[in-house]
Amino acid sequence: MPEFRPRIVAFVCNWCTYAGADLTGTSRMKYSPQVSIIRFPCTGRIDFMLLLKAFANGADGIIVSGCHPNDCHYSSGNFHARRRWIVFRALLDFLGIDVRRIQFSWVSAAEGAKWARLVNETAERIHGLGPFTDYHRLRGMGVE
Amino acid sequence: MTLARIGVFVCHCGENISATVDCAKVAAEAAKLPGVAHSVDYKYMCSDPGQQLIQSAIREKGLTGVVVAACSPRMHEPTFRRACAEAGLNPFLCEMANIREHCSWVHEKGEATTAKALDIVRTLVAKVKKGKPLQPIQVPVTKTALVLGGGIAGIQASLDIANAGHRVILVEKEPSIGGHMAQLSETFPTLDCSQCILTPRMVEVAQHPNITLYSYSELEGLEGFIGNFKARIRRKARGLDETLCTGCGLCTQKCPTRRIPSEFDAGLGLRPAIYVPFPQAVPNKPVIDRDHCTYFLKGKCRLCEKVCPTQAIRFDQEDEIVEAEVGAVVLATGFDIKHGDFFPEYGYGRFQDVIDGLQFERLASASGPTLGEIRRPSDGKVPETVVFVACAGSRDPAKGIEYCSKICCMYTAKHAMLYKHKVHQGKPFVFYMDIRAGGKMYEEFVRRAMEEDGVQYVRGRVSRIYERGGKLVVKGADTLLGARPLEIEADLVVLATAAVANAGAEDLAQKLHVSYDAHAFFAEAHPKLRPVETNTAGIFLAGACQAPKDIPDSVSQASGAAAKVAALFSRSELVREPLVAVVDRQAPPVYSSCVGCFLCQGACPYQAIEKEEIRNRDGGLIKTVAKVNPGLCQGCGTCVALCRTKSIDIQGYSHEQVYAEVLALLNRGEGDA
Amino acid sequence: MRTGFYPGCSMKGSAREYNESLMAVAAALGRDLPEVPDWNCCGATAAHNLDRDLSLALPARILAAAEKEGMNEVLVPCAACYSRLKTTRHELNEDEALRRRIAGLVEAPYEGSAEVVNIIEWLGRIPDLEGRVKKPFARKVACYYGCLLVRPAGVVRFDRPEEPQSMDRLMKKLGADPIDWAFKTECCGAGFSVSRTDLVAKLSGLILEDAVSRGAEAVIVACPMCHLNLDMRRPNIEKRAGKKYRIPVMYITQALGLALGLAPRKLGLQRHKVSPSALIVPASAQSAAGSQFASGDSPASAPSSGSSAGSPAATAKKVD
Repeated sequence: MPEFRPRIVAFVCNWCTYAGADLTGTSRMKYSPQVSIIRFPCTGRIDFMLLLKAFANGADGIIVSGCHPNDCHYSSGNFHARRRWIVFRALLDFLGIDVRRIQFSWVSAAEGAKWARLVNETAERIHGLGPFTDYHRLRGMGVE
Repeated sequence: MTLARIGVFVCHCGENISATVDCAKVAAEAAKLPGVAHSVDYKYMCSDPGQQLIQSAIREKGLTGVVVAACSPRMHEPTFRRACAEAGLNPFLCEMANIREHCSWVHEKGEATTAKALDIVRTLVAKVKKGKPLQPIQVPVTKTALVLGGGIAGIQASLDIANAGHRVILVEKEPSIGGHMAQLSETFPTLDCSQCILTPRMVEVAQHPNITLYSYSELEGLEGFIGNFKARIRRKARGLDETLCTGCGLCTQKCPTRRIPSEFDAGLGLRPAIYVPFPQAVPNKPVIDRDHCTYFLKGKCRLCEKVCPTQAIRFDQEDEIVEAEVGAVVLATGFDIKHGDFFPEYGYGRFQDVIDGLQFERLASASGPTLGEIRRPSDGKVPETVVFVACAGSRDPAKGIEYCSKICCMYTAKHAMLYKHKVHQGKPFVFYMDIRAGGKMYEEFVRRAMEEDGVQYVRGRVSRIYERGGKLVVKGADTLLGARPLEIEADLVVLATAAVANAGAEDLAQKLHVSYDAHAFFAEAHPKLRPVETNTAGIFLAGACQAPKDIPDSVSQASGAAAKVAALFSRSELVREPLVAVVDRQAPPVYSSCVGCFLCQGACPYQAIEKEEIRNRDGGLIKTVAKVNPGLCQGCGTCVALCRTKSIDIQGYSHEQVYAEVLALLNRGEGDA
Repeated sequence: MRTGFYPGCSMKGSAREYNESLMAVAAALGRDLPEVPDWNCCGATAAHNLDRDLSLALPARILAAAEKEGMNEVLVPCAACYSRLKTTRHELNEDEALRRRIAGLVEAPYEGSAEVVNIIEWLGRIPDLEGRVKKPFARKVACYYGCLLVRPAGVVRFDRPEEPQSMDRLMKKLGADPIDWAFKTECCGAGFSVSRTDLVAKLSGLILEDAVSRGAEAVIVACPMCHLNLDMRRPNIEKRAGKKYRIPVMYITQALGLALGLAPRKLGLQRHKVSPSALIVPASAQSAAGSQFASGDSPASAPSSGSSAGSPAATAKKVD
């Protein structure tokens, strides 16, 4: 059996976490290559249906990360994301998705090291949880 | 939809990418992606030939979109979009796949890294395929600059902008402009008097026809965006009518409450409750300190009112809020030094004769509480032995301050020198970690302190300072003499305490939506190439609010920021990226899928969503739907995620684009279904 | 909250009076202090000089035993033991893989749930200690923290490492007047007590000299090793300094016991090399001070040393 290499999608905001991940690069810190970033203007832009879409299409884990509270480039987008996450989290059980597969976090533009740590910890955790195989069920629920 | 013809351009970035990513393979694999018509790799894509490679491909192959797989879009997106636009491709159909910061630099060489690079390229190809040509938005520019902070950086920026012919509003929270520089005695490395070179500039600010000075004022809030900010400024009540006050100073002489520690003298001198911080203050108008004024505390006195020859005193004056429209903001709010019980091991705050650098400046200043004589605070004696401790708090991870405060090596050398010049028999010692004297004539200056003025430099740190028999025992080690423990009995100790961000820096940053670092210094847009800009367009940085800086550096950066503002103001209209939200519009009888719930309106931080009434020919209301004002929208997209009918979308990060990205990243094909 | 008690070797040997006074004080305050069952050596200086795993496994076993007993915290009065237990808890909580490995070594589940507290923390939490004081300890005292109670700061996260205040605050509650002095956290010579007595004589001598020169009447400690060096090594200190030091060294629990009105003998005060008898106020003088305090005066207004309580010489009482 081939070794399990998790696929993790990171939904990040342009101003804090994307820049923080850039800093990880300029600082040459190493982290797991199993995470790829999709850039959004703000975590407030992230429609959480996208997370389900990702799970339904083979993602094993997801990171959502933006600016720290009060540091949002657009004042309050990250608060919207946080509220949305609280509601969404309650639905995960119903959907049969282990809450540990989603990592919600704040990483600022100055926190390159934190980004590396976040990715590695998430990758390790998802590795421990194994592949997400229930995506057929999600599709049955109308998520494609 | 027209058939996509996407070009993929994979950059080696010298070896920055190609050392860990197989660029040729990425290009070859990308060529196989559906819709990719052209795919190549090249050593330096951002170079002139690299850009030409892209431009000729656009022209010759008729590309409908471009993906440049290279560094972060935060680095070169504008470069490549401009190149595409020159070749006739809509710039918003050019996307960057970040395979350097997010891939080659953070992973080891190997197949997984190359595979990830390809994943990223595939994701951006999918995005650009769903992209739409967008037209930039034109917005007018208000040619007035708001400068926050009236220290040397703010003064310089204000004068430069004003001299370029633009209006400036300078806001200073203290009663006078001048900042820390006004407190300094002499300046390194020339030892010219700080006030002598500063005060003419202060006067120039006050008299400049283009500059409006709001001293004793603070920014309440800032709304809007580059070219079109709206600032609310709180003018704190001075307690007098400035138009009547002549600055004669009679009130400050007669005030009976006279024993308040002077902020300007760093607590070493005293001032009355109605005061001008220092004689050369600009504006030279007093302020009533309501926390100490007898009238405000006990309800009677009003002596100043009685003696004022122009009846200018106004006890009932209240704070006033001024609104101003500005096109750009320069942040020049400066720095502070560490105070208080941050150094319990040094007894700073407990022992009167352990002072900080700013306090020593006041002791050495001819206008200071001792009129320039070096006398220690406890008993006024001239100290025979003075120990200067450099790096007090700086470069000390245990104290939570890892950075170098940059100015201390130089001012400590200056202090030791000034002491020696004033007390010839005195014995100055400097404890240091390293001497950092990079700068024109700086190293020479430190050498002079050591060799000509006989300042004893001891390489080592001080572990503890305590009082014993009227002396301060300084325990340290001389690491150049075999870590020999050293005890010096000093009469005065001067700590070069760490330079830190101002107490309100974090709040201000949040008000302005600019980034700041872990120490609350404001963050520049790029550490090397955009050092005077913030990540928020139209807001610029000058001076020590960005990082500890000396006077020449602060002045240079201030002029840099002023040049940026002047460039911005050289146009009457500004082009903004059209990455804004739009509400669905359709032909009758649907008009729009928007159902008019206006959840979006409540969520929008910019009040950019308006109600639009759709009426029939007779003027009868058909429906009310949302409409985005593109001039106000900043493109955060909060409304997009919130909209229940998916009627709002955001250009550049549309539903179609992000869904396609997710599917492509997971290698699930087109996602057109 | 269930607090367990880890005595370690000192409390049962060289620092018997620390143990006696702690037990007496706990009883007077109505606190139950059950020992961690089947406790073992903390590893002291030896283990972490020899073998890192051993230095972590020994304290981990103690903490695992406490957890098994349902204790949420363990009181460790010896500063050296405290340092070992606290360090172990810190390192294992920071590193999950290490935690698993060490738990395997000691063959017991270690979760890191039990907190490790020192004597100052524990006493500092007792509500209204001032109100329980019967005989204010109205003396000028030098609170000596030593090295391990507050360091390394990142591990113990207790008080300020450079200029700690917690013991001073505690002593103020007992009516004492803690001096501002320079040697609060300077080294006493520690484990060199046996091998380099000359060093101990020098370092501990500096501590006593500074305390005495600032008018302290007693040095208050919270560490058996500090006590040993400052008290038992007094002849060596005096020989080196060429002068006598009469200042007694007391455990914080002994000072507290006296303030609570407990009998000196119950607090083991007779066991010291340097007798603290001069500090023990006769019952008659004390009851006056005590009632004055009980009538609602703040401890600060309690009589300062040598005033109503009389001079130390006059109040000296034989306790041996």
